[in-house]
This record gives sequence, C-alpha cells and structure tokens, in this order.
Amino acid sequence: MLFNFFYHFGRYLKMMSTALTRPEKVRMYYKETTRQMIDIGIGSLIIVGLIAIFIGAVTAIQFSYQLDGTLVPRWYIGYIVRDSTIIELAPTITCLVLAGKVGSNIAAEIGGMRQKEHIDAMEIMGVNTANFLIMPKIIAALMVIPMLVAIGAFISVIGGYAATVFTGLLSDAEYIQGVRSFFVEKNVAMMFVKALVFAFILTSVSAYQGYHVRGGSIELGQASTNAVVYSDILILLSDYILAVFFTQ
Amino acid sequence: MIRATHISKSFGDKAVLNDVSTEFYPGKTNLIIGRSGTGKTVLLKLLVGLLNPTEGNVYYGDADFFRLNKKEKRQIRMKVGMLFQSSALFDSMSVEENIRFPLDMFTNDTAKEKNKRVDYCLERVNLTGVNQRYPSEISGGMQKRVGIARAIVLDPEYLFCDEPNSGLDPKTAILIDELIRSITLEKNITTVINTHDMNSVMEIGENIILLHQGQIVWRGNKDEVLETDHEILLDFIFASPFLQRLRAAALNK
Repeated sequence: MLFNFFYHFGRYLKMMSTALTRPEKVRMYYKETTRQMIDIGIGSLIIVGLIAIFIGAVTAIQFSYQLDGTLVPRWYIGYIVRDSTIIELAPTITCLVLAGKVGSNIAAEIGGMRQKEHIDAMEIMGVNTANFLIMPKIIAALMVIPMLVAIGAFISVIGGYAATVFTGLLSDAEYIQGVRSFFVEKNVAMMFVKALVFAFILTSVSAYQGYHVRGGSIELGQASTNAVVYSDILILLSDYILAVFFTQ
Repeated sequence: MIRATHISKSFGDKAVLNDVSTEFYPGKTNLIIGRSGTGKTVLLKLLVGLLNPTEGNVYYGDADFFRLNKKEKRQIRMKVGMLFQSSALFDSMSVEENIRFPLDMFTNDTAKEKNKRVDYCLERVNLTGVNQRYPSEISGGMQKRVGIARAIVLDPEYLFCDEPNSGLDPKTAILIDELIRSITLEKNITTVINTHDMNSVMEIGENIILLHQGQIVWRGNKDEVLETDHEILLDFIFASPFLQRLRAAALNK
C-alpha cells in the first residue's frame, strides 16, 4: 500500500512538473483557459448558489434551536452564520461539491481523450499534452473557484437571513447586527486561501486520474469516481492542516 | 529514412517484439503486415515514440530518437504526421479546426495563411465543403481523409498510418490507399503503414515486412508476395476459404 502511494505520488509530481511549464502558444492556452473558466464558473453557479442558500438557512435554524433558552443573545445567530460560512462551510462544502461536479468532469474529459487516442495524436504532433490539457484547467479553477466561494458565502448569509427573519425567529435589525459584529478580516483571507488550495487539489487530482486512465469505459468510470473520492479526502485533510495553521 | 535496430518490447513477462531490425525508405509506402496480436501496433507506437523499447534503437536519419532530449524529440515530432485507426479527430472541434490545430500550435502564420493551408489540405484529400462540420457529422471514410489532411498540414517528412482501411468499404479503402501513395510520392515522404488489408498489400506494398509472433519473418514487395512460397505469408494472405479456393483453382490450371 505504501509502495502504491509513493508510485502514484511520484507519478503525480512528474505529471505536474510537465504540466506547470511555460506554455508555447499563449494564445491557444488563453482560449482554452477562458473556455474552462466559463465551464467551471458559469456552469457551477446554480448548484453553488442552491447549496449555499440552504447551508446558510440550516445553520441559522440549527443555532436558533440550540441557543433557545440560553443566555446567549439571539443576534449572535447572524454572527455565527457569517463566520461559520466564511471560515468553513463556503470554501469546504462548495469545493466538495465542485470536486463532484467539476472534478469528475475533468477526469472524464481527459480520460476520454486518452482512450480515443486524442492525447496520442497531440503527443505525436509535438504538443506538451500535460501542459496543454491540465494547466488551463488549473488556472481557470484558481481564478474562478475563489469567486464561486465568495458568492457562496454571500448567498449563505442571505439564506440565514431568509430563514430567520422571514419566519419571525429574529428581527431584521438583530440579524444584521449579528452579521456586522466581531468581524475579523483574517477569516476572509483564510476563506480565499482555502478556496485556492482546494481548487488546485480538485483540478490536479482529477486531471491525474483522467490523464493516466487505461482500458475501457469501466476504467473511465472508476477514474471519474476516484477523482471525486481522492479530491474529497485531500480537501478535508488540507482543510484540517490549514485550520491548524491559521488558528495558531 | 527511419531505421529500427534490434527492437524488443515486453509488457511485464510478455514479450511482444523480439529483436526487430528494419528500415523504412523515403518516397515509398512501407508496410508492416501480420495477424492481429503480432505486435504491429506496438512497433508503430515505438517508431513514433509513444512507447519506449525494452531494448534497441530507432533512428530518424542519423538521430537516435530515444537518446534525444525533449526539445530534440519535439523537433523530430514536428516532422511526423500520423493517421490513427480511429482517426482520433478532436470531436469538440470542426473539421477546419481539427486541421488547423497543428498550425495554431506551431506556426506564426496569419489566419488567412492558415485558412489557405487548410483549404489546400482538404482539396488534396478530395474533401470540400465540410469545413464547418464536426467529426460526428461525417462518414468514416471522410474522417480518415480529414485525419490525413491533419497529418500532412505541417508538411511532414514522415507519415505513419495505423490500419488506415479498417472499418471502410473496399472502394473507399482503395481511395485512401491511392491518396496515401500519391502523397508519399509527391512529397517524398517516408510512409509507414500498419495494415492487415490484403488489397493494400497488393496495391501499394513497396517495402513490406511480415511480423509473426513478434519477429520479422518475411520481407519483400508486392511482386514478391505473388511469387513467394513462404508458409506463414501464404497462410496470412490466403486466410479465407474463398481465397484458398481461388488459389487452388489457379494452381490446378
């Protein structure tokens, strides 16, 4: 098992060292990167928005239930929703969902190209395929996913507002007071760092799974599943490491 | 010229090629023939550098391909065109974009020059009016021709074709053979074709090697094929009962 881990880790590093080199034709890469930004960004906006609104709403309702009958002021709910969203829920849940949507898509796209000999065709032409196929996806993800996370965090806070204010659990003023209290800028920085790290993990791990796929449709399906599973595990692991790093 | 010397290739314990040495000449259609599973595709992939040999060397001119650095390999690869068995056209791109792809990647030509070159290549393979169509919207024969157009768009010195006639009807297969042959002569290209189509062997086989169990067991040209009494080659050529009956009838006369 340890040998297997080092084998894949070594192969991943080798692929990334080829992928992250200077592009030969910047124009071609620019075109591909913008296409990926639209795919990842616009294509994921609805699912991220939907998840975010429910995360905010559920967090607000849960805390409202837990704080009921305690001495903690009720306006704290706005503060809790804001911080839990910014620090943890928006970057982590959004990226776990994106690992499922974008990650599996990347693995299937690159894996399909491998199986249909598209990658071989490019190799023979002299194209650095790891660089051409993977780098635009990573750059697009690094640019777009932090934006999606920020939008997700904003929508979550609105979701919390809708769930508490519209149902009469809190007044408008109470919720807004909570949202505006004890704001720490560092938490926003933490959110963006997490978003960047998770974006890199989910694109590069998924690309690795697709790039090295062998066999037929069953192997392609497995690669797609592995892309999601390994991305999720690594996102959660790095989430822990970043949490320790930022809170010490 | 391409020269393969003492090429062996194993996958784990399984030896696929064993001490294969041969030469492929410019201006000729060089054919690799043999039954399925004899290592034809592996040899072709070794020649283009998609696989590394367990032993042996491949020379493009005087350059030992597997000893070159990445940059030097890339220089050689830019002189190589390849037609894949499946055509390997990028299905998210139109016919025109597929052919233009190598130009976009490796040249600084203007859009006008690129379009002119694309049109020339499409005309060269007798395909016009399909520029904006996608690979899924054209027939298998057309896909092969687009594949050839893409392979020759950078004026290659070496052209590799992996089973160019597979999945095509006999008439279209003949057209593809003629096209490859005429391009080879016109540009003095070193063309290597991997096939088990007997029509191709008899029509365009100028330098033929027969692979059997990972080794070259016969070499010659299309005229020598007719005169040979090599058992493995005869077994390969007259594989079908129909051809065996024809041969028996001819011998009886």
